[in-house]
Amino acid sequence: MKNSISERIADFLKKFPPFSYLSLEELFDLSTEITILYKTKGSIVFKNGEQPHDFFYVVHKGAIALWKEDENVVIDICDEGDIFGLRPIIANDTYRLDAKAQEESMLYAIPISLFKPYAKENGSIGNYLVESFASNTRNPYSTTHKGQLLGDTAKFNPNNSGSRLLDVQPVEYSDNIASVTMETSVKDIARLMTQKGIGAMLIENEGLPVGIITDKDLRNKIATGNFGIDVNAEQIMSSPVITYPTKLTLTQAQMAMMKSNISHLVLTEDGTVNTKALGILSKHDIMLSLGNNPAVLVKAIKRTKSVDEIKPIRKGVMNLLMGYLDQNIPMSLTSKIISELNDACIKQVIGLSLQKMEKEPPVSFAWLAMGSQGRSEQMLHTDQDNALLFNNVEESELETTRDYFLKLSKHITQGLNLIGYEYCPADMMASNPKWCKSLSEFEQMTAKWIMNPGPEEVLLCTIFFDYNHTYGDKALVEQLSAYIFDTVEKYPIFLSHLATSALQNPSPTGFFRQFLVEQDGEHKDTFDLKRRAMMPLVDAARVLILSHNITGISNTWERYEKLAQLEPTNEELYLACSYASKALLKFRTRQGLTHNDSGRYISLQSLNKEEKMKLKRTFKTVKEIQQLISVRFMTHRLR
Amino acid sequence: MGKAKTYPDFWLSYEASLKTNLPSQLEDNIFVVLDTETTGLDIKKDRILSIGALTIKNSAIKANEAIEVFVQQERYSSESAKIHGILKKDSEGQLTELEALQKLLKMLKGAIIVAHHAKFDVTMINNALKRNGLPKLMNKSLDTSTLYSKTLSRRDRENLGGHFSLDHLAHEFNVPKGDRHTALGDAYITAVAFLHIISKLKPASLNNLLKKDRFWPFW
Repeated sequence: MKNSISERIADFLKKFPPFSYLSLEELFDLSTEITILYKTKGSIVFKNGEQPHDFFYVVHKGAIALWKEDENVVIDICDEGDIFGLRPIIANDTYRLDAKAQEESMLYAIPISLFKPYAKENGSIGNYLVESFASNTRNPYSTTHKGQLLGDTAKFNPNNSGSRLLDVQPVEYSDNIASVTMETSVKDIARLMTQKGIGAMLIENEGLPVGIITDKDLRNKIATGNFGIDVNAEQIMSSPVITYPTKLTLTQAQMAMMKSNISHLVLTEDGTVNTKALGILSKHDIMLSLGNNPAVLVKAIKRTKSVDEIKPIRKGVMNLLMGYLDQNIPMSLTSKIISELNDACIKQVIGLSLQKMEKEPPVSFAWLAMGSQGRSEQMLHTDQDNALLFNNVEESELETTRDYFLKLSKHITQGLNLIGYEYCPADMMASNPKWCKSLSEFEQMTAKWIMNPGPEEVLLCTIFFDYNHTYGDKALVEQLSAYIFDTVEKYPIFLSHLATSALQNPSPTGFFRQFLVEQDGEHKDTFDLKRRAMMPLVDAARVLILSHNITGISNTWERYEKLAQLEPTNEELYLACSYASKALLKFRTRQGLTHNDSGRYISLQSLNKEEKMKLKRTFKTVKEIQQLISVRFMTHRLR
Repeated sequence: MGKAKTYPDFWLSYEASLKTNLPSQLEDNIFVVLDTETTGLDIKKDRILSIGALTIKNSAIKANEAIEVFVQQERYSSESAKIHGILKKDSEGQLTELEALQKLLKMLKGAIIVAHHAKFDVTMINNALKRNGLPKLMNKSLDTSTLYSKTLSRRDRENLGGHFSLDHLAHEFNVPKGDRHTALGDAYITAVAFLHIISKLKPASLNNLLKKDRFWPFW
């Protein structure tokens, strides 16, 4: 029977997921059957190894600590609104942790028999639970819980919830495919295309797609006279065709077209050329479904004749970014596209700056993006961090060469500033002679850092070593990288110094609880996302990848993915790090867009329960990677 | 001495439930926390408008075991309606006094009564029982007002002036006052306060707790 106690319970629960996904009526039904438990400080809710209760618990007031007793560590502290003790019931497992009241607490014990039907029928609840269990296992793609959820694998498989993110906006393709055989004459094909009003014809052999002929092929190959009008399809078709499965999102389709520089994708049953074609997707189809489109933006950037013209286009990039975040497109994809666009802008600025110079460059050079830009982790406008590397010249020519490149760099940095890249406050820019050097000068500089790694040097390394080639002579960059790795190998102590600096910012585990208790401090009510969560992951990835002698990967999550391949024993942790890096960047970008700032300082009050949970999960990962680093590089020896 | 009056079955089973000794351990006992909303504070004239009650067993409260009954009353004062918001015309779902008492007695079987200023509530219920030809309540009772004062230092007691309102307890134990002045809402606040108080007083046994309530401190 509904009464003021159950109403009070319902009022509380409706603020927190997954209960917020229930209808008010369902919530009242559930609330009526709840038992309110009072726990004194230090009292036990359940113990490791115990058979699961008929209830799971929600913290109404106070805090419950989940302990791993044999190791005497607190795994998590559950706050108001947090759920605990659910996984064992659903997985038919015993409790794996001790739950103990950290302070005087009131709990709501919710009968599982009543809740389970909701969890099964309500997709949002199921997904939330997947997420919530994942937060206890670090990795949302962890295999540990695969198929254990509610015994309904098809619906709540964690992998499904992953792919759910990918199903952003499925492509709409035309399934009315026009196809001919390889022997069909070009004339007939052109007639058919005109008749049907289509821009591409699929060429099939024994029912399978083998090639494609587009308007462009007819123009470039026939109209130019390169091929006679009497040839048949086989001779001018583009082959093999690029095929994809029909379950493709707009973004994936765009990426695919950008990657292969083609205008049509053939969609087949299983995504390979070995199955029947089900549809054709043209660039035009995509343009129609997506107004703001990266390919259009890249084209627009390339067409600009002055830096001024790039500025408004960058606004379009920001709109695109917002759209991607709204649609929850995976961060790896989002960041790739946005970095690509940022890159295109920078390249265009460099190209335009070169035109301003009176002479051609005296020797080959390369433009390096450093720091977050080098790592392709710069979504919102932040500072410029760049360097210019030029080929070795005779000692006598060195300064005049440098003068040339300094002048060029000045044009470039001004241009970048104009389109929205703030000048680097520490003047780490190619317009500074310190960062405009010949290959051998850079080699000497880095060698000095590696051999004498004081705090200053290590800091410089952390910025410089994430460089990425943006423009110019790639071979120069590769030579520099090779040199750096050789030197690091000769001075392994350098890695320990680098590792030590990676541990400077301890992981913020248990932060939320602490925050609730201590109410003041310099950044009251905010949390430094960059320093406390992102940088530790970035720093750890750098030192690990350097220790493996891997060049050419500067992006943090790609580094972790590589590390996962290189060290299968730590695969789970590295993949968790990769995930956490992406999640944090997304978080920061979202925050930045919402508050129109860098997104670095986060107001905790503005976060909902799910967001807090996601953050908490990344904190656990930060802690673990830091433990790995301190052991591996024996950082205690340096202290 | 005349022949003992015969009482209805519900009373007899209530009476029987309280004949056996109560368990000595606190966690084995049933505490019924209750609150009455009345037409006023005059125990002779005023009447019960609603009763809210919930059961605590081993530090747990089951939401579906809580009751909240509204009682039909002739005597009605618009003054008190301002406080508890029960208007006479809200008579749907109201029980007769006897029905309400019957429901309450069923819940009170083998239990200890807990209420804030318990004496008032118990007296109001006893008067209602009398009107319906029934004897007085037989449960032992505990007063959270008295018990709370036992958790305080002498100085705190003096600072608080010896008056511990339910509002004060709600504030002290961080219970939202949204349901204040509904019988069950107040009973809930009382229950939370009671649980806190027990955790502070840590009585060794039920008797120990009852004693703490019995003797008014000398201050």
